[in-house]
Amino acid sequence: MAQQMSLDVNGRAARVSVDDPDTPLLYVLRDDLGLHGPRFGCGLGQCGSCTVHVDGQAVRSCITPVSGLKPGAKIVTLEGLGTPEMPHPVQAAFIAEQAAQCGYCINGMIMQSAALLNETPKPDEAAIRQALAQNLCRCGTHLRIVRAVQRAAGTL
Amino acid sequence: MNAPALSRRSLLLQGGALVVGFSMAGRNALAQTFAPVATDGFTKAVAPDQVDSFLALGADGRATIFSGKVDLGTGIETAMAQIAAEELDLPLDRVAVVQGDTALTPDQGPTYGSLSIQKGGVEIRHAAATARARLVQRASERLGVPVDALETRDGAVRPKAGGPGLAYAELVTDGRLDLKVDPAVNTKDPARFALVGKSVARIDIPQKVMGRFTYMQDVRVPGMVHARVVRPPAIGASLESVDEGSVAGIPGVLKVVRQGNFLAVVAEKEWAAVKAAGQLGATWSKWEGLPEQDKLWQHVRATKVTKDDLTSSTGDAEAALGRAARTLEASYDFAIHTHGSIGPSCAVAELKDGLLTCWTASQMTHALRKQLAAMTGLAPEAVRCIYVEGSGCYGRNGHEDAAGDAALLARAVGRPVRVQWSRADEHGWDPKGPPTLIDLKAGLDADGNVAAWSSQFHVPEGAAGNVPLVAADLAGLPHETAMAPGNVIQNSALPYAFPNVRTVCHRLASTPFRPSWIRTPGRMQNTYANEAFLDECAAAAGADPLEYRLRALKDPRGIAVLERVAEIAGWQARPSPAADMSGDVLRGRGLSYVKYELNRTYVAGVAEVEVDRRTGRIRVPRFFVAQDCGQIINPDGVRNQLDGNVIQTVSRVLMEEVTFDRGGVTSLDWASYPIITFPDVPEVVTALIDRPTEKPWGAGEPSAAIVPAAISNAIFDATGARLRSVPFTPAKVKAALRAT
Ligand code: FES
Ligand code: FES
Repeated sequence: MAQQMSLDVNGRAARVSVDDPDTPLLYVLRDDLGLHGPRFGCGLGQCGSCTVHVDGQAVRSCITPVSGLKPGAKIVTLEGLGTPEMPHPVQAAFIAEQAAQCGYCINGMIMQSAALLNETPKPDEAAIRQALAQNLCRCGTHLRIVRAVQRAAGTL
Repeated sequence: MNAPALSRRSLLLQGGALVVGFSMAGRNALAQTFAPVATDGFTKAVAPDQVDSFLALGADGRATIFSGKVDLGTGIETAMAQIAAEELDLPLDRVAVVQGDTALTPDQGPTYGSLSIQKGGVEIRHAAATARARLVQRASERLGVPVDALETRDGAVRPKAGGPGLAYAELVTDGRLDLKVDPAVNTKDPARFALVGKSVARIDIPQKVMGRFTYMQDVRVPGMVHARVVRPPAIGASLESVDEGSVAGIPGVLKVVRQGNFLAVVAEKEWAAVKAAGQLGATWSKWEGLPEQDKLWQHVRATKVTKDDLTSSTGDAEAALGRAARTLEASYDFAIHTHGSIGPSCAVAELKDGLLTCWTASQMTHALRKQLAAMTGLAPEAVRCIYVEGSGCYGRNGHEDAAGDAALLARAVGRPVRVQWSRADEHGWDPKGPPTLIDLKAGLDADGNVAAWSSQFHVPEGAAGNVPLVAADLAGLPHETAMAPGNVIQNSALPYAFPNVRTVCHRLASTPFRPSWIRTPGRMQNTYANEAFLDECAAAAGADPLEYRLRALKDPRGIAVLERVAEIAGWQARPSPAADMSGDVLRGRGLSYVKYELNRTYVAGVAEVEVDRRTGRIRVPRFFVAQDCGQIINPDGVRNQLDGNVIQTVSRVLMEEVTFDRGGVTSLDWASYPIITFPDVPEVVTALIDRPTEKPWGAGEPSAAIVPAAISNAIFDATGARLRSVPFTPAKVKAALRAT
């Protein structure tokens, strides 16, 4: 029996209907809400490409059942982090550093880094590398990603 | 690309430049084709000898470039726009690029082999220069000003002396020039380049960073359903029975599709398809056709050789080996690798009125079109492949196979079908970089110089053709049967002028997994063996590895990259290994060099390594690389590629290996097939040698070739132990240390 749910996504109330309460948040965001920020990479919590913020914390949406979200939880995706006119400082820094190749991992890199900077505004390079240790990039964009986070933190 | 829902029309109008509508030529079912027709009845040219195939000049002053080569995340969309804007004297933001749509772009060959700029870009340059020359000629006639007294600037032809000019839009009536590309056309003098050679911000990055980019995995078409494939548990297993009832309880499941050994579930929603694929009951025959992994190299050695390719022969290597003052002999091997795309492959296909449309991240849409036609029995003209960028592929990964799955399923369910591979599908079923085994012998003269070199490469037969599609194979539909591992014999021959050389590639009749090219196919594995073994010779001769290479190198551009990398790495001339080998963590440096395919891009690299003797763990804290790829289009883009090649290849060399049992791949996720992570990523220090007046050469692959040997050589420098088997795992490092 399909279940109606109300989610707070990027500051807006969204109503979705899910057949299975175990549906991972990732599928709701991508398939029901048509969002392109969070990406499917592994579905196993191993790569980070599906990362979103839930109440300000970086969360892997591929292993987060939608029914497990606290009522009223605020979900923010890459689209909601900033807008093309008003990008989030981490987004602006990724553009300034040209920190992408294929860019498939970049959603996770930005969401994880933005959450890091919320907690630790001035991380050093080692702390950034450690914070991103569970985020995979195959193109080898790591060095630019680290520089972009340093730039956003004002420590470059 | 940011259209939320794709329609043919919106794709066509991307960039807003070309005023063409899309309609089917021919209405009867038999004659239907995908030849696109402009609203005024003209057909969009795609023949590679026509200017209109490559570009259209819009009434709005914008140009659209049609590129058969596609951006796989390497930045060539921007580089192509730079090249075209430069020749046309247009601002970069007035050039849009349509890529890899078989109905709209010329077939410029697959996007592989580091040929996008070298071949694809140069073709676009010639088309743009031909167009410009015609525009100037037309303006000359209209203005009554001689051609020599005209210039092009900012999208218009103007008299050099001043006065009114004519915008390009006024010189073409309908966006078309109806003109053959002149390959001998005068292109712009590099001294006047305003865009080429400059670091330009990539067109695609803002949308990717803002979450507004449409990747292949984001494509949704009206009426679309979702599918997941259910692959055999062992590669050659046959499907015996399917229990459709096992998924009956999942809401939204539409169909279980079975054709031969091809099995998939189709559902209204993606999660239902994921669940059903996991839950579907099926029985398969037992199959154990793979060799045992720990006997892989014996298996390779025992595989039937179908032919020998003699890739170089100078003097008499055998005789010279017999005369040598000293001989060396070693075998090198490089494990089976996967591409490792972060986003598993995905495709959407729709079969409507006898026409198949496939949205795909394929690096070779024009070739895929023919494969899909062969598989479905449709005429190639009835198949259209539309390129949509996916996750980086680093060679021929699973993108084309997902397209095959989608085509089969679209026909089976009569609705557009999106197929998204799982992580295990990608790790298990993407074609693999084949295992490579290399035996080498060298003879040194009394001065330690290489007097004789003889090498034998054990590599699968075949070249860079079409890799058979998994769906066609499993379903018993028409498909290629030959292997296509890529042109893996490249760089088996040497860039050095040794007096007696014989390099032979034994081409094998089979290899354990369906092979394809992984980035830098063959060139990476072969250069690894050549450059590491050469280092063994240098060590035997007591020579500095740089000086030893320079002795036998006659090519000034090769010498230049070696000298440049030595400079940035602060190379100290001395033989390896280092004198000081005390302490638990040993440090060393290693050098490597390649002239890509012996006829283009030059790269030299220096790895710095730290070897922890206690754990056997290798770290590569820094890697230096110098490259000459001729004329550079976008230096920042080239540096991005150098970083990427070095980091990806360090990962390959230190930790990557496909594991398998007798039935199939067992490394089906990132835990069992780990890749490098941030804490271990080396600093990469790059030096580019730009040669604006030379031809532009490829930059996407060559620098991967120098990485493995540089690391092996650095480990030897640090420890005196030689690593000859990729990956250099802690267990192998410890064993090598024990043996020294
Ligand atoms: S897709 Fe969620 S961690 Fe990989
Ligand atoms: S930029 Fe391609 S995976 Fe990170």
